[in-house]
Amino acid sequence: MGEVLVLVDHVDGVVRKTTLELLTLARRAGEPAAVFLGSGFDAARDTLGEYGAAKVYVVEAPEFEQFLVVPKAEALAQIAQASGAAGVLVTSSPEGKEIAARLAVKLGSGIVTDAVDVAADLSTTQSVFAGGYTVTAQVTTGAPVITVKPNAVTPEPAPATPAEEKVAVAFSEAATKARIVERKPRAATGRPELTEASIVVSGGRGTGGDFAPVEALADALGAAVGASRAAVDSGWYPHAYQVGQTGKTVSPQLYLACGISGAIQHRAGMQTSKTIVVVNKDPEAPIFAMADFGVVGDLHTVLPQATAEIEKRKG
Amino acid sequence: MKIVTLVKHVPDATADRTFNSADNTTDRAGVDGLLSELDEYAVEEALKVAEAGDGVEVVALTMGPDGADAALKKALQMGADSGVHVVDDSLHGSDAPATARVLAAAIGKIGDVDLVLTGMASTDGGMSVVPAMLAEHLGLAHVGFVGELTVSADAVTARRDGDVASETIEAALPAVVAVTDQINEPRYPSFKGIMAAKKKPVETWTLADLGVDAAGVGLGAAASVVREVTKRPERTAGTVVTDEGDGGVKLAEFLAAQKFI
Repeated sequence: MGEVLVLVDHVDGVVRKTTLELLTLARRAGEPAAVFLGSGFDAARDTLGEYGAAKVYVVEAPEFEQFLVVPKAEALAQIAQASGAAGVLVTSSPEGKEIAARLAVKLGSGIVTDAVDVAADLSTTQSVFAGGYTVTAQVTTGAPVITVKPNAVTPEPAPATPAEEKVAVAFSEAATKARIVERKPRAATGRPELTEASIVVSGGRGTGGDFAPVEALADALGAAVGASRAAVDSGWYPHAYQVGQTGKTVSPQLYLACGISGAIQHRAGMQTSKTIVVVNKDPEAPIFAMADFGVVGDLHTVLPQATAEIEKRKG
Repeated sequence: MKIVTLVKHVPDATADRTFNSADNTTDRAGVDGLLSELDEYAVEEALKVAEAGDGVEVVALTMGPDGADAALKKALQMGADSGVHVVDDSLHGSDAPATARVLAAAIGKIGDVDLVLTGMASTDGGMSVVPAMLAEHLGLAHVGFVGELTVSADAVTARRDGDVASETIEAALPAVVAVTDQINEPRYPSFKGIMAAKKKPVETWTLADLGVDAAGVGLGAAASVVREVTKRPERTAGTVVTDEGDGGVKLAEFLAAQKFI
């Protein structure tokens, strides 16, 4: 079994949960080796070891923060080639996919995106056509490059003491063509990240622009807040929270769709949720067809009542 | 300035999409096709740049079987100046890396391209990797997931809103830019536009025209294979209650019974 590289998704060394999921999957297929690019490794070391990284490649270079993904793709390609990696796992985020795309071309490898499972032979499972089909696929040329969706697996600790290898990378002229001139971190909401949350409460056109009942229910459940495209297009909620084909795809344990009719655009982003609950005043709304539990009623009265009842039960 | 906008002809997402049972490729014949909705934003953005400047030419480029030129037609009706259709039987079943290689060759043949504008993903495969792969082949900058774009004579400035931060990016032209559905509101073709499109030039190129080896593309050369396709079982509708003043309590009871509280 060779090394399976995992690109660490982190902010200044704070490792995101998706990386722990990738390490858990990588263990099935080989020896998990984390690739840490950028500054802050000291903060990440213990977490990566705890989740089973047998090795950590560390590359520190200002280019990672100054330019869009190419320096990361070049570093990852160099490490993958030098180590003879059996495969590379990257988080399925816009940035992760851009890195993976360039990496696949550099390595001459096949690529699979949005995997919801990765097997020991690095074959993958994906959900396609708005969740209407499940396909299994396998890369047949080169070391597989696979982007994996958040929540594909529950992270399992497997304490290890990773061997650390500092790697120097000489970047090409092409690496510095897209410069990041400004970076504004998004204001913290105190809620879990949308794609990582185990519960998501989403609001749509039926909110009429008032997301307060949606947010209150989300907070009672410790959930993330999402929004339909109609709500985002109306300017009621930021695009970063949009669930659907042109926004985030979520696959939580519990999804509550409030005031959302359930157009294909939205279903594409939440159809694989384990349990679906719907609140909508239109009994004909197509989303009721996929609900495990539904309430025909006005979300502005149903949600506050549910929130109060949940708070009461929690004591 | 010359802008190429990539347009993909895809099976209608609102129809019952499926796969060809023989080779597990997307069924592009049994379902009506149309211009991938997300590509309309790229066409619109190209047209906005063209309308704001002098001497800007917009070329719509598609790769796909016979009939895929319907995507070009829509782009021409919206206002693109000309179209290129790469069509070759050998391309059936091509994966993303092969697609990017062929499109890169087509962009090379179009020549003197300053800006390539694409949608953020197709609405069928939806991998959203082709723009970055294309940039890799062309040795260009790629800015993806762009929600706001400014194009000057020699550079682009783009804003993209990521999970953790909003970034402003600058890249010199030529460059590849993939835009989201937040960037603009695509126009509907006007009657004048529909009539004008009939007279606009569309070129049809084969792999031989592009100097691309047919052995390196298509299903046989794909670097990944779909082993198995399973239709997801329809979700069975569960309990639906009508709110009679206690809908919220019933909802909470359901959540408690399912151990979410």
